[in-house]
Amino acid sequence: MNFKTSVRQVDGVTIVDCSGRITLGEGSVTLRDAVRELLSKGHKKILLNLGDVNYIDSSGIGELVSAFTTVRNQGGELKLLNLTKKVHDLLQITKLYTVFDVKDDEAVAVKAFS
Amino acid sequence: MTEQRVSYTLDSTLETVDSAEQTASRIAAESGFGEDEIMQISMAVREVVVNAVLHGNAYDPGKKVNLDFETTNNDLVITIRDQGNGLDPAKIPDPLSPDNLLKTSGRGIFLIRSFMDEVEIRPSKTGTEIKLVKHVRGPATGGKEASQ
Repeated sequence: MNFKTSVRQVDGVTIVDCSGRITLGEGSVTLRDAVRELLSKGHKKILLNLGDVNYIDSSGIGELVSAFTTVRNQGGELKLLNLTKKVHDLLQITKLYTVFDVKDDEAVAVKAFS
Repeated sequence: MTEQRVSYTLDSTLETVDSAEQTASRIAAESGFGEDEIMQISMAVREVVVNAVLHGNAYDPGKKVNLDFETTNNDLVITIRDQGNGLDPAKIPDPLSPDNLLKTSGRGIFLIRSFMDEVEIRPSKTGTEIKLVKHVRGPATGGKEASQ
């Protein structure tokens, strides 16, 4: 399944609904381009909804880290929403679960942005 | 588990990565592994082949990736060889180190070691051979490693 994103706005937060696989190649590039485009338009409160991301490899994990640091370096915030068990487990074993701000409720996640 | 051995010779392309992952997933399923183990095996193979294509063979169309699957009564043994300059496992930084946690790469070998029961990395001047073993009833994570 190809990786796709769609963007919506909720109370000043940009929610990126992601679906498919974030892997080396198309998936990683699509995510990178989506985040860069949002930042270029001044959207700095970004919530990545990964509820429909069923697979992620080490390149995809690296892309999430890159998105996190890129947004942070531009004075923004990036949080993760609705991790699947596979993605959750991968972030746990790579010790990234505590690096990211991970939420499982969209309304709570939106309110958590400063 | 029925004993069998199959081998593939693959080009150094991104398509090879997906193909190897899908083949690993199919063979793991046919070997009787559960859903979680199938994902672990296929992801480990994917990560090794990514390294072989990108870092080993560096997309060189003249270099191939060899992929062998051997099923025995107790194990699924997967051997992947590239024709690069040889991966030195001693030079792979620990991705869990606080200094490396926010790096955007360097987690592939760690994931491979996490998902497989045994991992042997054999670098040479003519390429790297990585042997992965998953026991039929082995532990799900926290594999042993033997680097040479």
